Amino acid sequence: MRREIRITGFGGQGVILSGVIVGKAASIYDNKNATMSQAYGPEARGSACSTQILVDDKEILYPYIRKSDVLVAMSQEGFSKFVGELKADGVLIYDEDMVNPGEVKKGIKVYPIKAQRMAETDLGRKIVTNIVMLGFFTAVTQAVPKEAMVEAIKTSVPKGTIDLNLKAFDLGYDAFE
Amino acid sequence: MKADPIGVRTGTLYLDGDRATAEGAIAAGCRFFAGYPITPSTECAELISERFPEVGGIFIQMEDEIASITAIIGAAWGGARTMTVTSGPGISLMMENIGLAIMLETPCVVANVQRGGPSTGLPTMVGQADVMQARWGSHGDYEIIAYSPQSPQEAFDFTIKAFNMAERYRTPVIVLLDECVGHMVEKVVIPPADTIEIEPRRLTDAAKDEYLPFAYGDDLVPDMAIAGMGYRFHVTGLTHDERGYPEMSVRCQEWLVPRLVAKIRQNADDIIEFDEENTDDADVVVVSYGISARVSRMAIDLAREKGIKVGFLRLRAIWPFPEKRVAELAKKIKSYVVVEINLGQIYYEVQRCAAGRCETLLSPHAGGGVHDPEDIFKVIEKGAKVK
Amino acid sequence: MSPKGVPEAVIAAVSSEEHPIAPFLRMDRMPHIWCSTCGIGTAVKALVAAFEKLETDLDKVSIVSGIGCTGRVAGYVRLDSFHTTHGRPIPFATGLKLANSELTVIVFSGDGDLSAIGGNHFIHAARRNMDLKVICVNNFIYGMTGGQAAPTTPLTAVTSTTPYGNAEPPFNLCHLAAACGANYVARWTALHVRRLTKAFAEILVKPGFCFVEVITPCSTLYARKNRLGTGLDIMKYYHDNTVIEHGAEPADTDIVFGGPIICGKFVDRDRPTWLEYQDQHLGEVLGDKYYRGKVLQGAGER
Ligand SMILES: Cc1ncc(C[n+]2csc(CCOP(=O)(O)OP(=O)(O)O)c2C)c(N)n1
Ligand code: SF4
Repeated sequence: MRREIRITGFGGQGVILSGVIVGKAASIYDNKNATMSQAYGPEARGSACSTQILVDDKEILYPYIRKSDVLVAMSQEGFSKFVGELKADGVLIYDEDMVNPGEVKKGIKVYPIKAQRMAETDLGRKIVTNIVMLGFFTAVTQAVPKEAMVEAIKTSVPKGTIDLNLKAFDLGYDAFE
Repeated sequence: MKADPIGVRTGTLYLDGDRATAEGAIAAGCRFFAGYPITPSTECAELISERFPEVGGIFIQMEDEIASITAIIGAAWGGARTMTVTSGPGISLMMENIGLAIMLETPCVVANVQRGGPSTGLPTMVGQADVMQARWGSHGDYEIIAYSPQSPQEAFDFTIKAFNMAERYRTPVIVLLDECVGHMVEKVVIPPADTIEIEPRRLTDAAKDEYLPFAYGDDLVPDMAIAGMGYRFHVTGLTHDERGYPEMSVRCQEWLVPRLVAKIRQNADDIIEFDEENTDDADVVVVSYGISARVSRMAIDLAREKGIKVGFLRLRAIWPFPEKRVAELAKKIKSYVVVEINLGQIYYEVQRCAAGRCETLLSPHAGGGVHDPEDIFKVIEKGAKVK
Repeated sequence: MSPKGVPEAVIAAVSSEEHPIAPFLRMDRMPHIWCSTCGIGTAVKALVAAFEKLETDLDKVSIVSGIGCTGRVAGYVRLDSFHTTHGRPIPFATGLKLANSELTVIVFSGDGDLSAIGGNHFIHAARRNMDLKVICVNNFIYGMTGGQAAPTTPLTAVTSTTPYGNAEPPFNLCHLAAACGANYVARWTALHVRRLTKAFAEILVKPGFCFVEVITPCSTLYARKNRLGTGLDIMKYYHDNTVIEHGAEPADTDIVFGGPIICGKFVDRDRPTWLEYQDQHLGEVLGDKYYRGKVLQGAGER
């Protein structure tokens, strides 16, 4: 089954790295096919930043999102830009402190989290907000197995920060009960 | 000869097409790179600049693309395997000296990550409209070799092929990516170095006073000397004789240029590469390449679900063009449908080879995105209705 | 019948005697295309004399030219020689040199080739202090294409595209090279064969971007269009109007139509070359991981 995932936020939040981790987890550690691409150009200038990850058991033929299954939003601007592409029964994950979703269409499953605040207060490092988000995303969607995500994090983050990032991941993962 | 393990990052990586091209080049032994930044090709140059110091390569960012292509030609004559990478405006600037590489029979690789044109066009968005430029862009008569990868994995694989063919035929080879493949990140498996076959340079072993730089044998490819070997040879972009000396005459032009063309045409079967699927009973055959080939497959699946007999011809190498096969298939099908992100380039090539034996239809796209599979499907449907 | 009544036997004797520079030339390509009294040949002669003086290992010398009358030099000297495209000998030579740093790489080309179409490459190679020996024959005009204006054409000089006299200020190539960072900058005329030879001998062993401008007569085009007389008249002009001023401030060496020509060695300094700087910097930053560093060290130990 093909799943289309969009992660969005602003520059410096590690949006692209998040996309790489999800794509790598699915394709290298879960043996699926997964492509990741990021928005380039005028679209990527300024504050908005986004990445799309496509996961499929079969070869990925169409390289872009058409209707996303999952939107992970870490900024208001990104949310506004991409909420429209969510499927009628899609999953919306967002950081409550950063995004006010207002009225969301019925049918969309909504999962708020205070990822940035958790990263700051529990780990003292705002920089791992994106990984907290990924933990939460993994628990909510089960789009990629937890073990695969852990492996992908280990091989994608800077060497000295693996433990911190894994803690962040668990923090997010456990936030979903 | 096998690849030097120092340059081969064996393992399973998650890479975009640009970086996979860089890894392919380094695995193939590329040790000199000159380039000028341009979206969407820059990631390739960036990775090379990072990796080269550890493998003994020399990376130089030149002042423009003309300098870049000329520097890699010079470096090839200094003995290096060389590459440059560019896009849109940059490839236009390189054209004169791609002709120099053709004329001096210089092995080198040029990667063009196609974006939307003309002019500055769509720097960050996909196009496939440089296909004919790759074939004909420099002045004069020549043949070119060009590959079109549809994935980062193929960007890696085809770049190695490009280096090998460049050496085998002593000619510039183009890796014609598109922005979508260039920027798409996907799994890339890099095999162990001892499984990667590398074509050595065809260095001459002639006696010093007997060497003729442009004397050739049955395969029409002369053996090469490089600077510093003691041959004290001369090469020129002017029409030249066996000795490499300029001779501007009809006779010499007839001696030289037809061979430059023939060394590719005569060996075309060794170079041409395509995938063929379900053409046996097909009424319609879709022809496509690069990212468009992937999208086409969705339309083909759709059509097959609807009972249309569709086959697929996917070009791995675009140039030389598989003329014979396209002509053969034309005899037994109703139509070709060509899918490309331009307003008709390979379309005309297919039409030429079909030569009226079947219809040739185009599913065009002006650039900036990929086709909607539905749109391709509609053209396939039309193609199936041809009497 | 022999010219001017010279006995056949004398001609035979003279022509069977090999010219002293013949071993350096591709004699199978003679006669060359240059006009008589053209200054390009003189510059070639001086280069060959420098090779002789230094007993250079010519197997390790490459010469790269662009397009133009001067561009033909690569075709006549018996070295690994590359006749490239108009304006591009410098980037070609850059690649050649960096691919095999053992080579001495000479760029021999015209003023139009190096400073008009190739001007961008020229300033950047000087900025990088690329280890190239750049010899520029400056005849103030485009010879090959029939005498059009060049970026070096002095104000008021007549060319086929400035029929009423040139109204564009020219480049002072020595000033340009010096300002961009060249290690060595000198100017001589085709009259100064000994000094030119000395300059060539100096640059052949000096690392970095070395630039020698050779002011030469183009008797066929520049001289004719500007009524400067014969090749001999121009040599006489050089003789009477050259001011030798070693160490002159390059900015003060502009060439003015009909004015004096300041010659000499203007710059001789030792900035690190492009490759030296790379090796030093990357070696420092990457340490053992710097492959060329390991290779260079290995070579040193042997
Ligand atoms: C791209 C390109 N543009 C124009 C030409 C035509 N062209 C050949 S030589 C030349 C000028 C040569 O002048 P210069 O470099 O001063 O050399 P000279 O002939 O005076 O020695 C020109 C414009 C060319 N060969 N290539
Ligand atoms: S045209 Fe001028 S530069 Fe060219 S060969 Fe004749 S004299 Fe020399």
